[in-house]
Amino acid sequence: MFMFEKAVVGSRRYWIWLAALGAVILVGALSYLRQLEVGLGVTGLSRDVTWGLYIAQFTFLVGVAASAVMVVLPYYLHDYKAFGKITILGEFLAISAVIMCMLFIFVDMGQPMRVLNVLLYPTPNSMMFWDMVSLGGYLALNAAITLVTLSAERQGVAPPAWIRPVILLSIPWAISIHTVTAFLYNGLPGRPFWLTAILAPRFLASAFACGPALLILLTAAMRRLADYDPGTAAVQKLGLIVTYAMLVNVFFILLELFTVFYSQLPEHMAPFLFLFVGLDGHAPLVPWMWASVLLAAASLILLIPPRFRQDGRLLIVACVMVFLSLWIDKGLGLIVGGFVPSPLGAVTRYAPTLPEMAITLGIWAVGLLMVTVFYKIALSVQGDHEAAA
Amino acid sequence: MRDRGLIVVGLALFLGLITFPAWYNLAAGTTSRAPELKRPANEKNCVAPVEYMRTRHMELLTAWRDQVVREGKREFTAFDGRTHQMSLSKTCMRCHESKADFCDKCHNYSGVTPYCWDCHIDPALLRGGKA
Amino acid sequence: MSCTRRVFLGAAGLSALALAGKTALNGLARAAETPRPGTPGVRWGMVIDTAACLKDQGCTDCIAACHAVHNVPAFPDRAHEIKWIWKEPFDRAFPEQASPYMTRGMVERPVLVLCNHCDNPPCVRVCPTQATWKRADGIVMMDWHRCIGCRYCVAACPYGSRSFNWLDPRPRIAQIRPDFPTRSRGVVEKCTFCEERLSQGLLPACVEACREKALVFGNLNDPAAPVRELLRTRYTIRRKPELGTHPEVHYLV
Repeated sequence: MFMFEKAVVGSRRYWIWLAALGAVILVGALSYLRQLEVGLGVTGLSRDVTWGLYIAQFTFLVGVAASAVMVVLPYYLHDYKAFGKITILGEFLAISAVIMCMLFIFVDMGQPMRVLNVLLYPTPNSMMFWDMVSLGGYLALNAAITLVTLSAERQGVAPPAWIRPVILLSIPWAISIHTVTAFLYNGLPGRPFWLTAILAPRFLASAFACGPALLILLTAAMRRLADYDPGTAAVQKLGLIVTYAMLVNVFFILLELFTVFYSQLPEHMAPFLFLFVGLDGHAPLVPWMWASVLLAAASLILLIPPRFRQDGRLLIVACVMVFLSLWIDKGLGLIVGGFVPSPLGAVTRYAPTLPEMAITLGIWAVGLLMVTVFYKIALSVQGDHEAAA
Repeated sequence: MRDRGLIVVGLALFLGLITFPAWYNLAAGTTSRAPELKRPANEKNCVAPVEYMRTRHMELLTAWRDQVVREGKREFTAFDGRTHQMSLSKTCMRCHESKADFCDKCHNYSGVTPYCWDCHIDPALLRGGKA
Repeated sequence: MSCTRRVFLGAAGLSALALAGKTALNGLARAAETPRPGTPGVRWGMVIDTAACLKDQGCTDCIAACHAVHNVPAFPDRAHEIKWIWKEPFDRAFPEQASPYMTRGMVERPVLVLCNHCDNPPCVRVCPTQATWKRADGIVMMDWHRCIGCRYCVAACPYGSRSFNWLDPRPRIAQIRPDFPTRSRGVVEKCTFCEERLSQGLLPACVEACREKALVFGNLNDPAAPVRELLRTRYTIRRKPELGTHPEVHYLV
């Protein structure tokens, strides 16, 4: 039923890759056991900076998960046939990303064994409750969608009619998961860095740039490693989506900078100053943030002119830049910026420790493992289908 | 059946492992001993009848926990009419005195590790002096 | 056999949904019945006289008393420290009040800060398990059994009043007092206005310990209470009032 038999046959390269991922996962798991034993004190987190790398990865990956909508919407709602082979890859990426999100939240909990309390004692006024509900729902939706559509393709029949409303539901649901995640941050009166209505649109814009960029990179890898061609039209359209989304994202950041620095409100300016020029003699993230800015600018230089964007290799370089730039922005700057300065004006440095990084890499490896296995299944089924046709 | 030898060895290994708890306890002689609890010297009645406490003390403690912490109620009327403070450390341990001699006996035997004592204070710890 | 696999799976799915629905309904019903603990009609509040507190420089009696009575661990590393009540310079506790022409003494005056037990607490709003909630008597309470350690409340508190147990606290408690449990690693803790002492008719430990009587604690609903007297006759300020949290710790400056 789950077509896993497709994933257990593979080339030597395939198995070496899975083994390497397994090793990284093992190191991460052992680090996590130590964290369970000692406590979250093994991380670089502190009384002032209480969320760090784990929650930042979760925030970033919710965006990747939501970005599946960028391939689902054109294909299922507007019949954009060119995306025919890519939608399943987007949905599988979404599943892997959601699982990674859940893992990152889990390893960040002080009492992980009690995490079901969120469902046992539902609290509608808490955005974290809704985050769990929406992520769980999105996972269920995408699991159902991929299972049904891939099974149908394998059997050479059209998917059943009832899956269409489920797919259409996943479109607003994708928007909602990232909106709820933004709501986690932008409803807190004590954190002026996050207290902006544009946080949710910014999240969505960066997600719609980053997710398709990752999808382009993954399909390029598939082309190299598995002789798989999703079609130039599909990749080009994805490139166009990345371009527009990145432009909107950069525009939104400029809007934020204007509001903060024209109003000159001290509590709103302070986190931006910490991130971009340093505060009270502390400037640990300054090189990172400027790297993000330069990468964003460089990516736009490569994306906006059609003759650069349509060049396959330049598109790949641009997508790597987009991914890195937005990972720094959302995966590093966003969370730490909210905690510095602290409510009492203290500037506290945060740097992830080795165990923290090992656990993070371990979870990324879990995600990559899932993407590998899922894509192997999808490509095998598509390949069989084409061979039969 | 080329693999008969392998299958027999595998089956034997499986049977040995699955019955491990039984024959290990028999060999170590631990099955015959029931846990021996140290009963409180001065009190006859607990806060509930003995049979209830034996089988459902977890429920009582959970109810006490929610009453004290979430509802701010601290007084409890026992089945024999006496009133007690709902407190593990202050009421239960006032009579039962030592976690090691009472609570742990059955818990170790059944292999359960309730995490109450991560936070609630075992009086024996204080009698020993430092943390 | 009339039951096909499809029918069986459908029935199983519906059963699971029904069970989940029941749990959810139970939960929502539980959420609807807010517990009403504490003495009816009482609304606890505190007034801190920063000038009286200043009289004995370096005095930390209230802090020592609170942390001793509640088995609060002492972590030397600032990253992992846990504090329920402590001193901050005036310009840190009241950043919007400091002006460039204020005296140095005023700017650096130590001010006691603690959980403000807000009337409209953002921490309560965000807690996903109701491990922190607002009692009818105004106390923002903690349930350390239910806390999952997500630290959302720490992010939400605009005052930095909450601490998280990054490590096992027990080794860091010099003298464990028997009357109050310790906490375990992985949960958030803060001042609870000594609700366990209030239930015995005692004053909070910090209030009792202060030699200068700089901490005045009482029932804000009682017009004759000393806290109300102070609030009526003197000018008081609160921390970050513009955030709409309605803190119930007031300061005489």
